[in-house]
Amino acid sequence: MSKSVILAAGEKINPLVPHTAELIVGAIAFTLLFLVLRSKVVPMFEKAFTARTEAIQGGMERAEKAQLEAQRALVQYNEQLAKAREEAQTLREEARVQGSAIVEELRAKAQEEAARITAAAHASIEAERQQAVTSLRNEVGTLAVELASKIVGEALEDQARQSRIVDRFLDDLEKSKK
Amino acid sequence: MRSLVVLSAEGEGFVPPSSNDFELPPIFGDNVFTTKPIFLVFLSVILVSVFFILSSRKASIVPSKFQFAGESIYAFVRNDLARDVIGHDFMRFVPYLFTLFTFILTNNIFGIVPFLQFPTMSRVSFPYVLAASVYLVFHYVGIRKQGAWKYFKEIMFMPGVPKAAYILITPLELLTFLLVRPLTLSLRLFANMFAGHLLLLVFILGGEHLLQGVIGLKLISPFAFFIGIVLTFFEFMVQCLQAYIFTLLAALYIAGALADEH
Repeated sequence: MSKSVILAAGEKINPLVPHTAELIVGAIAFTLLFLVLRSKVVPMFEKAFTARTEAIQGGMERAEKAQLEAQRALVQYNEQLAKAREEAQTLREEARVQGSAIVEELRAKAQEEAARITAAAHASIEAERQQAVTSLRNEVGTLAVELASKIVGEALEDQARQSRIVDRFLDDLEKSKK
Repeated sequence: MRSLVVLSAEGEGFVPPSSNDFELPPIFGDNVFTTKPIFLVFLSVILVSVFFILSSRKASIVPSKFQFAGESIYAFVRNDLARDVIGHDFMRFVPYLFTLFTFILTNNIFGIVPFLQFPTMSRVSFPYVLAASVYLVFHYVGIRKQGAWKYFKEIMFMPGVPKAAYILITPLELLTFLLVRPLTLSLRLFANMFAGHLLLLVFILGGEHLLQGVIGLKLISPFAFFIGIVLTFFEFMVQCLQAYIFTLLAALYIAGALADEH
């Protein structure tokens, strides 16, 4: 149908009647656009969407993993700490035992030494005493002889004299000692 | 438009725009494939393809501004229309619904793009084609899913209805599925675009005509242009809304055909 004819006639055109050319073009254009969008656009957008979802999920998973690892590390650290404490405790115990053993040993040694020194002192005292006794005995003998000769020489008359002599002797003794 | 100028030059007074203004002559000779609406349709295919190919070509996890623009439209159709309406197994229909939405939206918006200024969908042939595709898709999906016999049985004899009511319901349901749905789908889109464009023509050509009148009429003319501009914004809203409604209904019909019980 030629449009110029219609317009010249001044008729009203029914707008609800489709044109064959437009129907064909509409169908072709729509199909074309559909094919382009389906093959080129939708897959690309979907890929980006999937990648985005995965990126978010992956990030969350990574965070979760990191947290888990941190927790594991904490547990391990605590374990190690406890072990170290225990070890320190054992070491201290051992040191104390060893220390007391050393002290004990030293004490025993000191006692032994003391005993030895005491024994030596005793021995030397004994020797000196022995010497003193010996020299005393000699002196007493001499004195006795001296005294006896004096007593005999004086010719002891009475009791009073006797005691006087003895006193004198002792005084002499005292004096000579000085 | 040219015809109007010619007509008004011939006759006296203002000739209101009519359906004849939508009959644009072929640009090259008598070839009916070279009319403005046909060029616009091809232009829309090129524009939409180029825009979305460019915005999705390097689609990455962190989108560029350009990718974000394309992706927002895609995500809107994918999530708010396809997924929320169809639900399970919606991915199969995303390319189709996405094409419907972008195709209709672009062609509608041509109505207010300077120099193009013609909503392609005001040519009834294109809504017919689109509605026919929806018609084929949702019946095909229903038959594939439930088998032809069961599918038509459920349309004609809706379960859970008293037997006597079938006298009334069966013809109505058949009419709805076979005739009313595709007709309303295409006519709604067509009529909105047609009426919107006619309205703009009335105010803008009217304003132009007033400008050629006596001095008193010249003073009124700016108001007509002002209303024309306001209506242009209003038209933009209608154009987006109609693209959305068409796609939404297509998704609803598909969802209905996929559902086990109507």
